[in-house]
Amino acid sequence: MKRARIRWHILVFLAPAVIVYTAVMIFPLFNTLRLALYSRVDQERVFVGLQNFQTLFFDPIWSEQFWNALGNNFWFFLIHMLVQNPIGIALAALLSHPRLRFAALYRSAIFIPTILSFVIVGFAWKLILSPIWGIAPEMLDWVGLKSLYAPWLGREEYALTTLALVSVWQFVGIPMMLIYAALLTVPEEILEAGEVDGITGWAAFWKIKLPLILPSIGIISILTFVGNFNAFDLIYAAQGALAGPDFSTDILGTFMYRTFFGFQLQLGDPHMGSAIAGAMFAIILVGVCIYLFGIQTRMRRYQL
Amino acid sequence: MNKARSNPLNSALMHGALILYTLIALFPVFVIIINSFKERRSIFREPLALPDAESFSLIGYQTVMKQGDFFLYFQNSMIVTVASLFFILLFGAMAAYALSEYRFKGNLLMGLYLALGIMIPIRIGTVAILEMMVATGLVNTLWALILVYTAQGLPLAVFILSEFMRQVSDDLKNAGRIDGLSEYTIFFRLVLPLVRPAMATVAVFNMIPIWNDLWFPLILAPAEETKTLTLGSQVFIGQFVTDWNAVLSALSMAILPVLVLYVIFSRQLIRGITSGAVK
Repeated sequence: MKRARIRWHILVFLAPAVIVYTAVMIFPLFNTLRLALYSRVDQERVFVGLQNFQTLFFDPIWSEQFWNALGNNFWFFLIHMLVQNPIGIALAALLSHPRLRFAALYRSAIFIPTILSFVIVGFAWKLILSPIWGIAPEMLDWVGLKSLYAPWLGREEYALTTLALVSVWQFVGIPMMLIYAALLTVPEEILEAGEVDGITGWAAFWKIKLPLILPSIGIISILTFVGNFNAFDLIYAAQGALAGPDFSTDILGTFMYRTFFGFQLQLGDPHMGSAIAGAMFAIILVGVCIYLFGIQTRMRRYQL
Repeated sequence: MNKARSNPLNSALMHGALILYTLIALFPVFVIIINSFKERRSIFREPLALPDAESFSLIGYQTVMKQGDFFLYFQNSMIVTVASLFFILLFGAMAAYALSEYRFKGNLLMGLYLALGIMIPIRIGTVAILEMMVATGLVNTLWALILVYTAQGLPLAVFILSEFMRQVSDDLKNAGRIDGLSEYTIFFRLVLPLVRPAMATVAVFNMIPIWNDLWFPLILAPAEETKTLTLGSQVFIGQFVTDWNAVLSALSMAILPVLVLYVIFSRQLIRGITSGAVK
């Protein structure tokens, strides 16, 4: 009889990845959630239960900022869903057209903003939209719309939407590529069968291709959701940690950074920072669960 | 055949739409780069004109070279990116091999555990990561960044690589076993070379986010000697905000390395995305 022996090589193969992943990702994640239950009183760490969350949600000073950041974050996400993903799908539909010339060239060029860092993107747009430099008003003047110009990033009512659109400009390449990949898998026979039945052009897109790529649209939606709810860099690069003007571009990422590190006269508070991280974790978890159990399992997958 | 899908008017419209969007995508980059080569007055007077003999100037680049240690920042970014990719690929491939090759108790569970990190961003744990890096003395070292990026990249790497490793033929590995090769030799000499395309895909996916990250360099390694290019240009531009020549030149210099990498790897990247590696 063969005795079960420890196969050391399996352990050796798994150990490095599991150790690094556990020590630097999973453990700090739970440790952060734990730290959210403590507070610093007279230089000592005291367990306070859910009090930090109570402060965050109900204390007037904190809750105003929190709900503001959360609301802004939802607006940020909504703009991405309404602008980025439809443009991405439209571009992918054009690019996947058979016998389109220069398709590879367009694809590579449109993807370029996606590879640039937020710092470059944030500052570049800040300069272009700036009233001092005057590129934006001049270009609007060409089409006779100069009166529409306003210093968008400096106005409370426009700043967040402007930044969301800048972020859309940067990331439209990702939905474009993923949908493009999905469209390539739609078999030619199905399209030809549709043609025989008189379904061509737009109708073919709406009635045949779109239902077939729905799972990919689900994936880009959840990727957008997770990406938006832990966004930070673009706002920080363009508007600084204070997410001005008057916190109108504050989202959860910048709020957490400010709370955790402090700014100007306010001292950093790791425990409140952890509480915000906990809230972000919960929001992302809810989103991912809605996707996994609510959307993905119900989505009809067509056998191709 | 296919007449309905290829009339010339349609095709012109499609090219029109794509050219328009391509211009929108490239315009800001173009404006930044051409203006970085102009002297101050021309930047403001004719922002959209190409630099000519009269307006050409390298003053911005001179300021950047004198004031910022961009070479050091670049070197730091390079070290962090290359080292992180090396560990992601090595550890990721090893774990993926263990999961796809051997049957053992808890295999599925381990796979799920490692996949958790695909959807949950590592940034949520920042407070505790910083505390840990301070406690271990790794704060303000490049190792802090390398560790974080390795942990961040591993889940997707394991996921993609194990998909590919399942396709490596069993006959080949068994032939190796009959020849008396150890499991380690089989992995390093037989399997790894075969999944090289998948490794390249994983590398390209991870490269850009690591190179461009601002959050962790800002929090874990903000010291002058460990600044990455992204953080370095952010701080530099923040300080020189009124010196337009310097700001535009710094931006152009930050764009350049990524653009070069993109030109080298874009085929790999696009093939990786379109081959469905991220489904």
